[in-house]
Amino acid sequence: MTGSAAKLLEVSNLTMRFGGITAVDDLSMSVEAGRITSIIGPNGAGKTTLFNCLTGFYRPTSGRIALNHPIQGPLALERMPTHELARSAQVLRTFQNIRLFPRMTVLENLIVAQHSVLQRASRFSLAGILGLRAYREADDKAVEFAQALLRRLDLSAFGDTAAGALPYGTQRRVEIARAMAARPILLCLDEPAAGLNPRESAVLNNLLKSLVANEGIAILLVEHDMSVVMSISHRIYVLNYGKKIAEGTPREIQSDPHVIAAYLGEPDEEVGLSPREREMLT
Amino acid sequence: MTATSGARPVKAWRAPLFDAGIASFIGLLLGIPLVGLTTVDAGGRLAVETRWHWLVMAAVVIFPCRLLIRWLYESRSVRGRGKTTSPASAMGDPNKWTRVFSILAIAIAVAVPIAYHDNRYVVDVATTVLIYVMLGWGLNVVVGLAGLLDLGYVAFYAVGAYTYALLATQFGFSFWLCLPIAGLIAAGFGIVLGYPTLRLRGDYLAIVTLGFGEIIRIVLINWTALSNGPDGISSIPRPTFLGLSFAPPGDKPTFAGFFGLEYAPWHRMLFLYGVVLLLALLTNALVLRLRRLPIGRAWEAMREDEIACRALGINVTSVKLSAFALGAALAGVAGVFFAARQGFISPESFTFNESAIILAIVVFGGSGSQLGVVLAASLLVLLPELGRSFSEYRMLLFGAAMIAIMVWRPGGILSERTPTVRSRVPAPALSGRPEESMA
Repeated sequence: MTGSAAKLLEVSNLTMRFGGITAVDDLSMSVEAGRITSIIGPNGAGKTTLFNCLTGFYRPTSGRIALNHPIQGPLALERMPTHELARSAQVLRTFQNIRLFPRMTVLENLIVAQHSVLQRASRFSLAGILGLRAYREADDKAVEFAQALLRRLDLSAFGDTAAGALPYGTQRRVEIARAMAARPILLCLDEPAAGLNPRESAVLNNLLKSLVANEGIAILLVEHDMSVVMSISHRIYVLNYGKKIAEGTPREIQSDPHVIAAYLGEPDEEVGLSPREREMLT
Repeated sequence: MTATSGARPVKAWRAPLFDAGIASFIGLLLGIPLVGLTTVDAGGRLAVETRWHWLVMAAVVIFPCRLLIRWLYESRSVRGRGKTTSPASAMGDPNKWTRVFSILAIAIAVAVPIAYHDNRYVVDVATTVLIYVMLGWGLNVVVGLAGLLDLGYVAFYAVGAYTYALLATQFGFSFWLCLPIAGLIAAGFGIVLGYPTLRLRGDYLAIVTLGFGEIIRIVLINWTALSNGPDGISSIPRPTFLGLSFAPPGDKPTFAGFFGLEYAPWHRMLFLYGVVLLLALLTNALVLRLRRLPIGRAWEAMREDEIACRALGINVTSVKLSAFALGAALAGVAGVFFAARQGFISPESFTFNESAIILAIVVFGGSGSQLGVVLAASLLVLLPELGRSFSEYRMLLFGAAMIAIMVWRPGGILSERTPTVRSRVPAPALSGRPEESMA
């Protein structure tokens, strides 16, 4: 399934230590353009730490994170501040515990995501204060783009609703829409299916697949919900205690003995791994 | 409140009466030492006298007041319940009222001083209200929009006032020239304060800004060579109208002389009022405009969630510093006006108490609401003035009003937020109001 797609993101020998704890240990991985790549692992495996390194929230202790930006060429993400990473490298993320701007409307949330474009158009607010046409046009375009995205994600009914007043599942979609409004080339989703019911997860599956297929972006996913991971990922990395213990297609991962051991513990002499436990994993 | 009213509708009227009765009784008990007994000077020593009639009067007043509060509270909670089912309507409806109140406020601001132009006291109080409105609007950028709790705001007001006082008395700079200069210098101080506090939020930020406010005041007291210390700076020139002063007729061209009017002191009072009204309206226009620009939306987004802002490519450092700088610049401009109006300034005028009042104006007004600031500033300036006839009970009344506002409207007088943008094309899939499809 991996085919010959270009490597968009290459992580080599990434290590992140907090005092004596090594949360991510000498990890190498890659994300291909136009693909969904997932990171799974038991609780405390270092998934979110890895995610925070990739999106600039942590500065890794050592290792390199290289992004092959289609326009700007290779970028060293580990040296960029968070906001630069989102703005020029176009690596956007969502959060495990949704972080919308709750008192602002959904539409405003999506317009804030276009801040850097609009701020440039407003010439550091001067053209904006004077209401020059160039700025007004940029503003109109931003609203149009936001509304198009809302229609695309089936959210246009909530454009003028305060984001914090929406149901949980809808907020998750708004957060994805907001990240899309910032025009990502790599979209990093931290447990997007957490707290969703099966119907909402199915909607999410289709949404992510169509984003990759139609918008030409790559998605990096950290997820616990195996029904999401297994059905949409092109490639999966499995972490345990900060180390990569397996990588491959969903089918390869499902039958990997290291993965099964990591999730369910080593099969010991007396009990072994029951068929039911095996089933739970898949 | 007691829960009986719903279950037994026939006796529903009893509960409020009973409740009011209890309130009266508690008032009566508490009032015995507070109102019922008083000390009088009986020939060199203190004697205690009783004032039972006062106490009875207080209890009689408490009864209807308690009924009124209860009624207000209940009617509000009924309306509040209606609101929670349709979150979007909370943002849609107030717009019309906001517009009506805004026009009314401007009409009052223009009409009152004209009607009372020869009443020095009225124009003076109105000018004070407008200074606080300006300061409130400035602090609203920092606290209401950007969500940065600033307890030392008066420092920038002081910077503006001293900038004008020094430039005008030492170098003969004019009032109008000093407005932008003081704005810029205060903005510089805003950035100086903002830089070390970039990583701080909430309580910690409040403590640092509190310290900053005190530093400025103490420097002004002690750096005598610059600020003349606690004696302050006097004979600060008054603003002129295109170079025409408002002095009594003399050898220099005066306003009254130029327009062939008879000299009257209220010319200057009214002119000062006009200046501050103009400055306030400009401030308001600027802030309202900025709120709809990327920078204003970024301020609000930062108030809501700073981490999400960074994840979306917003440089939080520059957003924070710009909020501090603009807020400080507006305070600086207000400070210039204050110095020009008083003609004398000293560190006494820039104590923490001022910061607290300005912050109270923003919080009472409803953080982020421009009109709320006007209402709160009017209330907080006018209440102590109106209360003068109550002499020593004045501050008691003031405190009670503050508590009443916070109990009645915990989010401030106007706590509804107006969105900066609305959906342009009505969504095709939608026939009714957006909130209906949420059910």
